[in-house]
Amino acid sequence: MIEVKDLHKGFNGEEVLKGINFTFDRSKTNLIIGQSGSGKSVLLKCMLGLFTPEKGIIEYDGKPYAEFTDDEKKDLSKNIGMVFQGGALFDSMTVEENVLFPLRMFTKGNKKKENLERVREVLKRVNLDGTEDKMPSEISGGMQKRVSIARAIVNRPKYLFCDEPNSGLDPKTATVIDNLIQEITHEYDITTIIITHDMNSVLEIGQKIAFLKDGVLAWKGDKSQIFKTDDETVTDFVYSSDLFKKVRKAQLQGL
Amino acid sequence: MNYLHSIGEYFLMLKGTFHRMTKGSVLRGLILKELDDLIIGSMGIVSFLSFFIGAVVALQTALNLNNPLIPKSLVAFAARQSIILEFAPTFISIIMAGKVGSYITSSIGSMNVTEQIDALEVMGINSLNYLVFPKIVAMMFYPFVIAISMFLGILGAYTAAVFGGFVAPDLFVQGLQDDFVPFQLVYAFIKTFLFAFILATVPAYHGYYMKGGALEVGEASTTAFVWTSVVIIITNYIVTQLLLS
Ligand SMILES: Nc1ncnc2c1ncn2[C@@H]1O[C@H](COP(=O)(O)OP(=O)(O)OP(=O)(O)O)[C@@H](O)[C@H]1O
Ligand SMILES: [Mg+2]
Repeated sequence: MIEVKDLHKGFNGEEVLKGINFTFDRSKTNLIIGQSGSGKSVLLKCMLGLFTPEKGIIEYDGKPYAEFTDDEKKDLSKNIGMVFQGGALFDSMTVEENVLFPLRMFTKGNKKKENLERVREVLKRVNLDGTEDKMPSEISGGMQKRVSIARAIVNRPKYLFCDEPNSGLDPKTATVIDNLIQEITHEYDITTIIITHDMNSVLEIGQKIAFLKDGVLAWKGDKSQIFKTDDETVTDFVYSSDLFKKVRKAQLQGL
Repeated sequence: MNYLHSIGEYFLMLKGTFHRMTKGSVLRGLILKELDDLIIGSMGIVSFLSFFIGAVVALQTALNLNNPLIPKSLVAFAARQSIILEFAPTFISIIMAGKVGSYITSSIGSMNVTEQIDALEVMGINSLNYLVFPKIVAMMFYPFVIAISMFLGILGAYTAAVFGGFVAPDLFVQGLQDDFVPFQLVYAFIKTFLFAFILATVPAYHGYYMKGGALEVGEASTTAFVWTSVVIIITNYIVTQLLLS
């Protein structure tokens, strides 16, 4: 569980996050949705300690991040998996080396064989067996995204952060990835936070949803509520596509 | 004000570099890779340049020595002095600011803009140590490059002077030994060490703290080259003033 309390963050005097309060539950896929530029990535990076907020508290299972000692922070980082918006694969390493990297960093002693086996296993889970020796520049954007997911989960983290894990993927692969993330969340019993633009994902895995607008938490709920709410800021966003507008119209007419 | 800020930031970067060390086995691999890229990878161009610069220095001296009262061995003497004191340590380092420096800035800069540095930090790795420390260690072997440059420069001078028919071989060898002050070599290698450190860290600074995208990575490389050269030239002046005068 990760709790965010009254979080403020700005750049060059301009406030990007204006007091966010939200609890991300364990064993659930927690979604952050909202328009481009609403501060979703900044919120995630604050939680990861990549940005230092001006004000507010971030608690990991009840303990404020600001009170973590260096050793505790290191311990925490072992338990964090992150899928960056652009993948952020190390481009000087092969796919296998990328996925192996967190294991190499965190395992003590020589466990090369076990580690490589684990890498094979997660690569298989993201349907990428056979690409081990390729460089990131030699595989497609969608494949890079999946390698990035493999790297994030290889360590069996307690907290999984995904910044648009299925953007740039075809609908079928996107669904596979969504389901995979949900499966892992339950299997490892972890706290998963996913930023997404994709309304399909919202429908599929929106067990808890935070809707950000201009740096403010404008709405919260889950997938069963988001398509029923009358809150205009939400409906504006959710039904911005024509297809969903038609679905909405049909719903309202009781079809 | 801006310059002061950058200088302060540069020293903070150095402090962060020698902190929270990366796991030994990983670091070893990184250092070997940097040795290959920065040191081995520079040998070819340095050898080529050094040989021909040495040759041209000897040629120019020989062509301008018309006074019969000045011994021909002066060609060797002049080549030795200019190569050991300036051409090998300083001139080659400026070239390296272009080669090694732009490589360091663009590799760190592109990791910066594609969030690879953030990815390292999320894994609890001190990215400064991971990225900059191996480069500093690898560059501590840079004096070997300069030693080879000195040797090849003098070989070039010998080739041009002797095979060009300007100086007899024994005269050239004698000129090489005339008034040799060993401290001058010490001076040359002290400054080479300093240049090595500058070559590793100033471009790293420009890559690590740049903001923006691919275009800005290119700009950062250019800026890094300019600043690395400037810092090398100023350091050269100060060290020479302190050690030789
Ligand atoms: N490092 C930074 N320095 C300055 N401003 C930043 C920085 N990172 C983000 N911002 C600003 O914060 C605002 C929110 O950015 P953020 O990346 O969180 O958007 P987002 O909701 O993730 O959008 P998208 O869906 O397009 O990824 C933007 O206006 C952006 O310009
Ligand atoms: Mg974003």
